[in-house]
Amino acid sequence: MTTRVGVVTFPGSLDDRDAARAVKLAGGEPVALWHGDKDLHQTDAVILPGGFSYGDYLRSGAIARFSPVMETIIAGAKDGLPVLGICNGFQMLCESHLLPGALTRNDHLHFVCRDQRLRVENADTAWTGDFEAGAEITVPLKNGEGGYVADERTLDELEAEGRIAFRYLERNPNGSRRDIAGLTNAAGNVVGLMPHPEHAVEALTGPTTDGIPFFTSVLKKLVA
Amino acid sequence: MARVVVDVMLKPEILDPQGQAVQRALPRLGFDGITDVRQGKRFELDLAGPVDEAALARIREIADTFLANTVIEDFTVRVEEVDAAGSATGNGAEEEVAR
Repeated sequence: MTTRVGVVTFPGSLDDRDAARAVKLAGGEPVALWHGDKDLHQTDAVILPGGFSYGDYLRSGAIARFSPVMETIIAGAKDGLPVLGICNGFQMLCESHLLPGALTRNDHLHFVCRDQRLRVENADTAWTGDFEAGAEITVPLKNGEGGYVADERTLDELEAEGRIAFRYLERNPNGSRRDIAGLTNAAGNVVGLMPHPEHAVEALTGPTTDGIPFFTSVLKKLVA
Repeated sequence: MARVVVDVMLKPEILDPQGQAVQRALPRLGFDGITDVRQGKRFELDLAGPVDEAALARIREIADTFLANTVIEDFTVRVEEVDAAGSATGNGAEEEVAR
């Protein structure tokens, strides 16, 4: 039986199809979920894709966080459901308090679109098990509100607990505190990151195929 | 009609690049002497019923859970007097710092 990975579409989502395609390429069965439907339709893991849910009105991800499906996902995440939030999905995870801190306007105020070097800091999460800790990867990054902020105490805790999953290398594209590109929760089932691994799964369209391990990691984790 | 105003501002320690961009533009426009600008959001909530303690408590909850992200933002809630046409009359504003 193939593993079912849900990809939620919100009004304004634009990377849901790429995420679904990445799941398929990794060997899983992508399942389209609708934000207004609380039911996760027997999926074993969920991806919150990038885009501009609700036009990012109020704050990025703030309105999406109150979509009916999020109620089920937040409860599931607390029980160990693997959840990956990419870009706008990362913002939703912070707005939902499944991950600490918040994402704010890039310090230079420009929208950034570039291939970004990252270091995998934590290879023990549900979504990073197929990486080696310390591995350096390149995946696309595109955001206007990707600056990660949290108070010093929270940042120190995240460092101490190994919960910084990814850090920017070479150049910090948005002023993120301590070069943070991605985080995990304490249990390792919830991961959020600003760059887009789902755009780096095929040689034809991506700068690399460094994004594939995100999706194979969760499939292995669920079978194990 | 009763109106409650919720002002949301980034916490002082959070970088406000938009405010900085505004501040940098001021000398070019001939306005000197402004040492800092912070940009926030103002929400005007018009209520069907009276602004009593219960209504204010509800609005504080809305501000705390939704209008502001208290990880990075502070908010204040205050009641504004409005005339029949819905314009602020400019008096009776009562500041209440909620956070």
